[in-house]
Order: sequence, then C-alpha cells, then structure tokens
Amino acid sequence: MRLTRLQKILWAAAGLATLAYGLLVLLPNRTPEAVPQAAFRPTFTLPDAAGRMRTPAEFTGQHLLVFFGFTNCPDVCPTTLSEVAQVMDDLGDDAALVQPLFISIDPERDRRLGLAEFTAAFHPSIIGLAGDEAQTRAAADSFRIFYAREGDAAAPDGYTMSHSPALYLISPEGDWLRQFTYGTPATDILADLQPRL
Amino acid sequence: MKSLILSALLALSATPVLACETFTLGDLTIEHAWSRATIGADRPGVFYVEITNNGSTDDALIGIATPAAGMPMLHETVVTDGIASMPHAMSILVPAGQTVEMAPGGYHGMLMGLTATLAEGDIFPVTLTFQNAGEVVVNVEVLSLRAEGPDCDDAN
Repeated sequence: MRLTRLQKILWAAAGLATLAYGLLVLLPNRTPEAVPQAAFRPTFTLPDAAGRMRTPAEFTGQHLLVFFGFTNCPDVCPTTLSEVAQVMDDLGDDAALVQPLFISIDPERDRRLGLAEFTAAFHPSIIGLAGDEAQTRAAADSFRIFYAREGDAAAPDGYTMSHSPALYLISPEGDWLRQFTYGTPATDILADLQPRL
Repeated sequence: MKSLILSALLALSATPVLACETFTLGDLTIEHAWSRATIGADRPGVFYVEITNNGSTDDALIGIATPAAGMPMLHETVVTDGIASMPHAMSILVPAGQTVEMAPGGYHGMLMGLTATLAEGDIFPVTLTFQNAGEVVVNVEVLSLRAEGPDCDDAN
C-alpha cells in the first residue's frame, strides 16, 4: 500500500500527538507518590533511642511499616502513628510478624525531646530511630522520600519540617512493597497487611 | 471473652461528653472542640473544632487564645505532590451557610509553649476571635493521644 503525501503527514501528526500525550501523562507523575511498583530495597543504618545501631538485616522475616516524621509535629505525625498503633493492636497474634519503625527527620531535636517516650506513648512495639544528618539523608534517599527543614520564625525553635507523610511497607526480604498515603484508615492498612502474613 | 471486655472498655472510653458541648455566637455554632493528650509540655499541642455559619454573611476565624499555651496559632496541613507541610493560616474563612471543620490533616490550632502537659480528660478554655461575630470562649476536652475526634451522637 502506498501512502499519499497527505496520509504521511497525517500519520506523522498522529505520532507526534501520541508522544506529546504520553509526555503529558508521565511528567506530572514524577512525584514521590508515583514510585513505581518495581522492587527496590530501601535501607538504613540508624541508632535507636538507646544508641544501638539498627539495620534492615535484623528484621529479616518481618514486614516493616516505616514512617518518617518528627516528634514536634502536632497534626500529621500523631494521626499516622495512631493508625499504626491501631493496626498493631488489631493484628493480635500476627503482630510479631510486623515491625513498625519511626524514622526521625529532625533527629537532633527529637533526641533532646525524647524519642523513646514519644513512640512508646503510641505503641510499645514502635521502634524510634534518629541518626545524624548524613545517616538520615541516606535513609530518606533510599526510601525515595523527601524532607526539608523550613525556616519559620513563628514555629518552635524557628523552624518546621516538611516531609512525605506516607507509611511504607517493606517485605520480609527487604523489598519495597507499597505505600499507604497519609490518612489511610487503620482498617484499610490491616486489610492489605493480613493476607500477606 | 477478652476481646469482648476490651471492646466494652473501648466503647466506654470513646464516649466523652464535653467535646460534644455546643456554643453559639450570633449566627455561628461551635462544637466538637477537642485536643489530644501530649507527651510532656515541650512539644506543641493541637486544637480542633467545627464551626457552622448559619447566617447569610461570610465570617472568618482570625485568632485563638488560651491560658494553656503561650503561643497558639492557626495552621493548615497541606499535602502537595506527596509532601506535607504546615503553613501558618492568617485566618480561616467560614462562608455563609457552611460548616468548616478543623480536623486532623487540615486546619488546626497549634498550641506552642504549653504551660502544662495536656492529659486525657483535662479541659481548658480557648477564646475564638471572629472577624464579624467577635469573641467566644469554648471548653476544649483533651482526648487520648490516639483519638481521631470526639464520638458525639450528633457527629456525622
């Protein structure tokens, strides 16, 4: 079949339009929320409240529920940690198969304010981790999450933190499985988690 | 059986009364004023409330004050492109005929400089200042650290 010149031009235009559409669809999704399903292994080397160094290796065999936050956060962080606490209570005997982790993105201040009492107030099973600047940045990068310190004269100590507020699920082998966006009810998290255990 | 007792206890503890108190100021109805228990007094507390404007002109919440905190401010949790930040809100519009909910994940009062730990069951006053309606004092009930809101019969 021979194409007329007009047909060639039309096909070329259609091709360009498809490309442009593809770009439009893909570009706005380049946010941390759109992390693909492809497996990757987030990692961390961070001290807990007692100063003991913790890494994913010791949690092999357990699912990890990981939240990055800061203890000076009055709204988002208590809400998410309350959901995590509810999930841990509702898991019953399966709770031993899941380890919740709270990774501080404001480690210096959180250490000063008390990390262990903060996590324990929500649930005794939650382990709080707070490293130095480099360790924290490395962990966040490996989870592909964002956090930043923002100057705010009206905030306590003159700054606040912005951060990815989702909850991340890691497999017993250490693979990233999925995220639960901020505000996901505990019942939904539980329903996703239970068949995996 | 154990879980039955547990649910009974939970049901009991989930029936606070004070946070269900309703306050009226002109055309405004203010209810479900609550806060969350804090761990010590060094971290900020939070304040949530629901405001209904039954009138025909817009109003706005322009400030909060309380003896419980040296520096209470209005904030809004904003999640943009998967990043949560908490900008200071100069005022919160309460449009005519509408209800504005200050609730987890949105508008909230941030209570900085707490004068004491907020313990579950505590009650403290907050003065709300509106642009048009003026001032009203509401009683705020401190719910548990894990509370997501008061459990009122009229809550919907």
